[in-house]
Amino acid sequence: MHSDNPQSGSHVKTGVVRKFITSRRAALLAVIAPLVLAGCQLPTFGAYHGITKGGSQTFKLWQGFSVIAVIIGGGTFLLILWVVFRYRHRSDAIPRQTQYNVPLEVLYTIVPILVVIGLFAATVVVENQVLSEPTPKATVNVTAFQWGWKFVYPGQNVVVVGQTTQDPTMVVPLGENVKMNLRSSDVVHGFYVPELNFSRFAQPGLLNTFTFNFDKLGVFKGQCTQLCGLYHSLMYFKIQVVTKTQYQAWLKANALSPAQAVAAANASANQINAGIPVKPAQTSYGVN
Amino acid sequence: MLKQESYILIAFGIFAGIVAAVYWFWGHEDSGGVMLVGALLLGLMPGLYYYYWYRRSGGQRPEDRPNATVAEGAGTVDAFPSTSIWPFVLGSGCFFFVLALVFGIWLLVPGLSLVLAAFIGATAESRRGGSV
Amino acid sequence: MTDLIERHDIEQFDDHGGHETNPHDDHEHHGPSGLLKWLTSTDHKVIGINYTVTSIVMLVVGGALAEIIRAQLVSPTSTLVSFAQYNQLFTMHGSIMIYLFAGPFAFAGLANYLVPLQVGAPDMAFPRLNALSYWLYLSGVITMVLSFFATGGPAAFGWVGYAPLTSAVNAPGVGPDLWIGALLLTGFSAIFSGVNLVATIFYLRAPGMTLFRMPIFTWNMLVTGILILLAFPVLTAALVMLYCDRHFGTHIFEVQGGGVPLLWQHMFWFWGHPEVYILALPFFGMVSEVIPVFSKKPMFGYKGMVFATLTIAALSLGVWAHHMFTSGAVLLPFFSIMSLLIAVPTGIKIFNWIGTMWKGQIQYTSAMLFSIGFVITFLIGGITGIFLASPPLDFFTHDTYFVVAHFHSVVMALVIGAMAGIYFWGPKITGYKLHEGWGKAQFWFLFLGTQVFTFPGYWLGLKGMARRMAVYPNNPSWQTLNDWSTVGAIMIGISTLFLIINFIVSWRKPIPAGDNPWDASGLEWFTSSPPPHHNFLSLPPIRSERPTWDYHHPEHPALGHGDHVSGHAEEKVSN
Repeated sequence: MHSDNPQSGSHVKTGVVRKFITSRRAALLAVIAPLVLAGCQLPTFGAYHGITKGGSQTFKLWQGFSVIAVIIGGGTFLLILWVVFRYRHRSDAIPRQTQYNVPLEVLYTIVPILVVIGLFAATVVVENQVLSEPTPKATVNVTAFQWGWKFVYPGQNVVVVGQTTQDPTMVVPLGENVKMNLRSSDVVHGFYVPELNFSRFAQPGLLNTFTFNFDKLGVFKGQCTQLCGLYHSLMYFKIQVVTKTQYQAWLKANALSPAQAVAAANASANQINAGIPVKPAQTSYGVN
Repeated sequence: MLKQESYILIAFGIFAGIVAAVYWFWGHEDSGGVMLVGALLLGLMPGLYYYYWYRRSGGQRPEDRPNATVAEGAGTVDAFPSTSIWPFVLGSGCFFFVLALVFGIWLLVPGLSLVLAAFIGATAESRRGGSV
Repeated sequence: MTDLIERHDIEQFDDHGGHETNPHDDHEHHGPSGLLKWLTSTDHKVIGINYTVTSIVMLVVGGALAEIIRAQLVSPTSTLVSFAQYNQLFTMHGSIMIYLFAGPFAFAGLANYLVPLQVGAPDMAFPRLNALSYWLYLSGVITMVLSFFATGGPAAFGWVGYAPLTSAVNAPGVGPDLWIGALLLTGFSAIFSGVNLVATIFYLRAPGMTLFRMPIFTWNMLVTGILILLAFPVLTAALVMLYCDRHFGTHIFEVQGGGVPLLWQHMFWFWGHPEVYILALPFFGMVSEVIPVFSKKPMFGYKGMVFATLTIAALSLGVWAHHMFTSGAVLLPFFSIMSLLIAVPTGIKIFNWIGTMWKGQIQYTSAMLFSIGFVITFLIGGITGIFLASPPLDFFTHDTYFVVAHFHSVVMALVIGAMAGIYFWGPKITGYKLHEGWGKAQFWFLFLGTQVFTFPGYWLGLKGMARRMAVYPNNPSWQTLNDWSTVGAIMIGISTLFLIINFIVSWRKPIPAGDNPWDASGLEWFTSSPPPHHNFLSLPPIRSERPTWDYHHPEHPALGHGDHVSGHAEEKVSN
């Protein structure tokens, strides 16, 4: 009775289709993987290349994830489009009421799990690099406050302070480990520099530390990302990466007397904010 | 009765418990650990209660049996209050209670009065099977 | 008045949709009329409509706030609104959309209406508690709206309200307190809805409806109900603690005094992440009802869908701190792997929806278009979520427009799903269909508008534009992207206009729907449109998850892959 059922051949067709999709995806992955490993000639997918070791690795991870996303997301999207056009209502016949196909369902449960494990493994490798804290050559104590930044160089008697559009600039040396101790003196703020491919909360009562090794000279804009009140939109700062000699010279030129340094480091936000007018951002930040 | 239902709740509880254990020993973080243990208890408490009743009653209700007919469910389903002013009264009381939190203690007077009236009224309504 | 509801055997009837005269029909309901009838109703259908209408009004209010936000962002240094007003705008936009629209619509609007119908029950398990849920929700709406008129304005600390920005010092005044009050009221409303959902589904199913014969929508509402019970008490507790900090001199979330601001984040997100699944699961369920009907096939992978739903809900209890990756104080790999794993059951659902349409005979009604739009938009949002589950990638996308675009992709998908629900079940609720022409126009503007709105957001976030910024750097490419995003927001606004026009047009030129205009499969389609008091005058035998389909198409039962069709197509299989 079943042999003359026009639907009975469908399980064969489904198997063929399934194998085609699997083999095509496997082939694509085999082609893409070496490219990902090489890291070159892949589009940036919108992210910055990063100006530190950790930042560059984060960038490569981004590219890897993006490739997988394009393959899986794009593939699924094309599948939806195919179904939408191919199976338009053509007749009033009621189609075969297929409700399950266990091998197929098991397949698209197992494969995503494997992909996820792969993504996790790559994540852990990059995460360990980004969070590693080798012995620092320079240290900066960063304090976020409503609505500006304070950079204190402990032991160097240098303090850089500024609020909103005064854009306080943190000067750091190229090629050396720079450790930052981040805290907030009032509410939660966010320390974010897009080109670093990194951000971290500045929390009251909680110290966050991280270490960068900058591999590119230049001035990089940063801002506060965590809503912190009225002038959250204006809490900008800069990081300037200079050569080691320039860095030493800058430290000497900006050293305060120890008493002045202590006073500046302890200045409260209100003292800093008092009497300084706030104006909206007018500067251009260049084109990405 | 309620065998599969108890399994669902117990499964949630046990899963929360496993996550709690892993999180506690790996992360040593208190608040998450406590909240996950809360989820464990919230799953196990009703789940085990249902399971206990399943074991005690042993029977299957018409909705548990795949071949049950509509006739088996005939008869009184339950009592469903069809109109009642008390939910509105209780809701208004809670509204005043919250406004008291914001605007001042004096609003607790209408708030608590309405809440009390609702509790009394709804209980009387349930007892009589009709409106007060 | 309390009614004793009785079921009567109908299996002796063989005409389709036969209605047995209920001898209790002459039991006239000498109830109240007019306003008093509305205030005292405990009928889940009335309450469901109340919730749906109120939440749609909130959608429009929240949407209006969004349009003002987008107008401000048209130019980088716009002074359309002040900094303070901007902070209030996005706080209230987010708060209204999440606490007052999405949640209530999802688990108390259509769910209240449909769950008793789909399980064959006369009402929810606790009708008076159900009514109380609505009055608490309405009180919450009024409280939140009142905060617009507070002296210092409404809350301005974001819909997430991170401590210590919410302290009495940083957020003084009545506006924030009203925000807390509104959330307390809607929180309890949700908890009581959760109780009703679980109790109704556990206790009031019709004979023969085993758990694995429930419609997918009902399954999703069961799991949503359980999640509500597990998650909402945590938010309520956190809000009480915040209130104590603000008014009773405690220092739970304040450093001065020994508190831990981070605790707010833990508690908020322990609720917050299950909350997004509480929002999403009902819409997954709605779409899972619509797609099979208009593909003329059963839901593919029914058991897989059920297990995927249970897995998503269970996992959602263990991923909350992926919202806190940049706090520097959470166990990154644990939350990363758990968050990445949630992609698996979500993917299973998407493949199952595709599998349902595969080899179907797809009819592109408005409801079906919205459902497909939901699947595509949720796919985009879900994929971008996978990036966010990796801490190194989250470090540079957190609190940027990348995240804003991600969650707007996902929640706009839910709005699109809501429209599918309205178009699909609207005829059942009102007895009349919505006009298809306006529906399709609404679909294209909503679906395309969503993509035009979100895609520039992804790009802006990667370029480095942070979120919650009233002004942004004066950069031509940033401005162009923001302007495109605003165009998308305007398209979404136009689509809402089309919805309202459709309501009016369909009311003035009614198209009667009949019991089962879509040839659908759930029990709700077996009764009249709208259903009578206490829902069913008769019930069909329940032998699968598609009792109404089985009753009308007994020769087309659901099959497994590889099953052989028993009997020839023209032969009617006798009961």
